This record gives sequence, C-alpha cells and structure tokens, in this order.
Amino acid sequence: MAEEIKKKGAEITHDKVHVWPYLVRLEFLCSILVVVGLTAWSIVIDAPLEEAANPTKTPNPSKAPWYFLGLQDILVYFDPWFAGVVAPVLIIVGLMLIPYLDVNPKGNGYYTYTERKTAIWVYSFGFLVLWIALIIMGVFLRGPGWNLFMPWQYWDPHKVVALTSVDLPYAFGVRDYWMACLFGGVVVLGYFAVGTAAYMFLERKAIKSVGIVRMLIKVNLYLIMIGIVVKIVLRLGFNIKYIWVTPWFNV
Amino acid sequence: MANKTQGIPGITDLIDKIKSGEIWKELAKAVTDSQIWTSSFRHGYADTPRNRVLQIASNVWLHLHPVKISRHALRIRFTWCMGGITFLLFLSTVVTGIILMFYYRPVGEYAYFDMKYLQYDVPFGMLMRNMHRWAAHSMVITVWLHMFRVFLSGSYKPPREFNWVIGVFLVTFTLLLSFTGYLLPWDQLAMWAVTVGTNMARATPFLGHEGPFAEFVGVSQRYDARSVLIGGSIVGPPALLRFYVLHCIFIPLVAGALMIVHFWRIRKDGGISGPL
Repeated sequence: MAEEIKKKGAEITHDKVHVWPYLVRLEFLCSILVVVGLTAWSIVIDAPLEEAANPTKTPNPSKAPWYFLGLQDILVYFDPWFAGVVAPVLIIVGLMLIPYLDVNPKGNGYYTYTERKTAIWVYSFGFLVLWIALIIMGVFLRGPGWNLFMPWQYWDPHKVVALTSVDLPYAFGVRDYWMACLFGGVVVLGYFAVGTAAYMFLERKAIKSVGIVRMLIKVNLYLIMIGIVVKIVLRLGFNIKYIWVTPWFNV
Repeated sequence: MANKTQGIPGITDLIDKIKSGEIWKELAKAVTDSQIWTSSFRHGYADTPRNRVLQIASNVWLHLHPVKISRHALRIRFTWCMGGITFLLFLSTVVTGIILMFYYRPVGEYAYFDMKYLQYDVPFGMLMRNMHRWAAHSMVITVWLHMFRVFLSGSYKPPREFNWVIGVFLVTFTLLLSFTGYLLPWDQLAMWAVTVGTNMARATPFLGHEGPFAEFVGVSQRYDARSVLIGGSIVGPPALLRFYVLHCIFIPLVAGALMIVHFWRIRKDGGISGPL
C-alpha cells in the first residue's frame, strides 16, 4: 500500500512536495501562533457580562449579535418578514447557487480579476458593502432608537427624529387604497420584469451557452440585491417608506 | 574493588560499553525491537521518502492529508490559511466549551450565577470563558474570510461545486452556533440580543404570527415559528434550555458531520484548487 503511494508520487511532476514535513510544519507553526494569540488576547481582554437578564428592562438600543447587525440595519428599510427571514434565506440559497450560476470556466483555482470581473464585483459588493459595511455601521453608528450617531456625537436617548416618510404611490399623488396597491404592484413587478427583459436582451448572445433557467435565476438574484440598494436610496434620499402596500405584506 | 568487579561475569564488557556510549545504542535497539514498540509505531523516523509518505498515510490524525501536494498549496498568499484556522478555532471552542459545561447549568435560576462563579471562583474559569468567546467570534470572521478567498480564487468551480454548498451550510451553522451560545450567559446583553434575533421569526411568512399570510395558517403567538424556537412567547428559561441543547449537542454534531464531508471532499475533488 505504502509502496503503491510512493510509486504514484514518483510519477507526478516535480511541482509536488511531501506533506510531511512541508505542509505539516506550516500547520503546526500556524496553530501555535493562533493558540498563543488567542490565549494572550483572552488573558488581556475579558468577555462581557452585564447585569442579570431582566425581561422587564429593555435596553436602548437593543442589538442583535454583531454578525447579524447588517440584517438588523436592513430592518430600517424593510419589514421583518423580508429583512429577518426572506433576506437571510435568499443570501444562503443564493450563495449555494453560485457554482451553478457562474458558468465562466476561467479563473478556476487562481486569482484573476480580468477574467471574471462581474463575479468579483457582485460578490465583493455583497460581502464588503451590504454585509461588512452595514455591520460596522450597526456596531458603531447606531445608537438609541436605532438612530444614526457619528462617533463624536453623544448617544442621546431622547433624540427626536421626525418620521416624514410616505409611501411611493402617495408621493405620486395616488390617494385611493386599492389604486395605490395596484400602483405599487406595477412598480415592483415592473422592476423585475423590465430588469429581466433588459438583461436578457443585453446578454441575448449568451442565453444559449448559459441556459435560460440559469440566466433567469441569476438576473433575479441580481435584481433583488440591487433592489435592496434602491430601497435604501429611496428612503434616505426621497423619504419613501413603502413602495408596495398590500393588506398582507408591504415592500 | 578490582577484585570484586572481576568476579562478576561480563562486567568489564559492560563498563566498556558504558564508557564508549555503546550501551545507549543497544538499549535503544532493545526498545525499538520490542513487541510494544513495533506494535505502536508502524515505521521508522529516519528522514527517507518512504517514511515521509508513511508519516501521513499511516497516521489516523494526519491521513486526512494527501501524502504529496502542489507546491502552491503551501503559499499563505494563496490559501490565506483561513480554513485551517477556522477548524483550529472550532477545536478550541470544543475543548474550552467542555470545561465550561462542568460548571454551568442552563437553568433560569442558576445560569447567571454560574457565570459569576466561573469568573470569580473557578480556577482559570475566566480564562476558559474568554477563550471560548473570543475563539467563537474569531471563528465567525475567519470562516467569512475563508469563503471570500475561495470565491476570489474561483475554487467553487467544477469539480468543487458540491463542496462549496457544504461550505455554505457550515458558514450558516457557525453563525447559529455563535448565536445559540450568545444566550447562555443569561445577562442583559444575551437576553436582548437573542430577543431581537428571534423576534424575526414571528414575521416568517405563513409560519410566524405577525408574518404575511399568517391569518390563512392560523398560527398564534404561543404557537408559531418563534415559539418553536424559544419554547414560549418570550425569551425565558425554556429558551435558555433549548439554546443550550442546540449549542452543545445538536449543532456541533451536525456541523462536525458536515466538516468530515467538507474535508473528505477536498481530497476527492482533486485536492486544493490550483491553476490547471
């Protein structure tokens, strides 16, 4: 058995090296550094322990664990069913689908930007901006009432921020409830329809090689991601609360 | 003196051997030829190509590795070392976590005071708690970075698609492990962070009592996605027990099983990715 492995190894090109000692010693060194670092950190900095849990005393602000603060920040712009349930599910499912949606054969096993620009941009935007930047904002800039505070500002629990936002149909002068519902539906569904159609038209040459189902799923995941940014811009820049209000859910 | 030593047979030989150092070689040979030694160690330690292979292939802890790898797989600039560090941090939380379990009871009346006891009375209790918490937080960061580097190097591409999917499950379970552990100190930070987090479940479409279309399903505050998660309508002692069991037993078992698949698939998919 051992001889067999040895023979196989001899056939492979000279680019291969023995795991013992070359890799194992690296792993060993790395483990020592990490464990020493972790121990030193743990000696110097204590884990937090606040007063005992008290269901009658709600802290302000109440924050989720830091790694979920990106999602908690999306709550400003979306209702909990989306920010807290649908968005995380879409993130997980979308991540799992990446290998099946990205059919670009280039850049397999090496770093390259020029051979897969779109893929790198989309992932980096999602990870660095929509996930990491929002977490940093949630940890350091969100104070009482989930209001935005700059690092030099006092976290005033009595800060009053006027809620002047209106729904999109209202901003366009639609006052009737059902007409507004229809208007919002047309806007949201139209966004996805037009976005899909535009993308399919621009990429019409690639449809055959990529596959129609693959492309439809991909473009709609893109549109959801862009839609989140659009909604944030609409709220912050134009005071729009909801785009689509229905008796069952609001977007 | 001289008369006495001459009287014992072979003693001069022995003294010569001790003086020349020959005795140590003979002792070593006696030990390494013994049945105990040969049954424990399956190969020599001399630095020969054969032993380098056997060192990996005949060792249960190391045989997860192939015996040879591409030279580029040694480069930290390529691997960032993040997957391995994530696993190491997981092992650290397992070790420190088991120690913490000796002192901690997941009961509403005791949990917080067990934390105090751990911090102020248990020898090295504070250190164990710190290491557990910081390793858990670090693990969240390193697993994200591992995922980022796997994306940037295109390592999810064929034939490694399936292992990427397993990896996404592992990222999710890492966050769930950390989240369920977050409640256990049973202080204000823990209770309200978990309240904020689990409140989302009440907005689950169809299955949460405040979610879209809930009226068609008939869920209530006492009986919906959130109450299943926390065992009631508020984050109380049943939630503490549930999160404890999930944190210490269920999620580690599932995550551990997935890790086995994840590591095994790396080799089955042709080892660490690299330029073809």
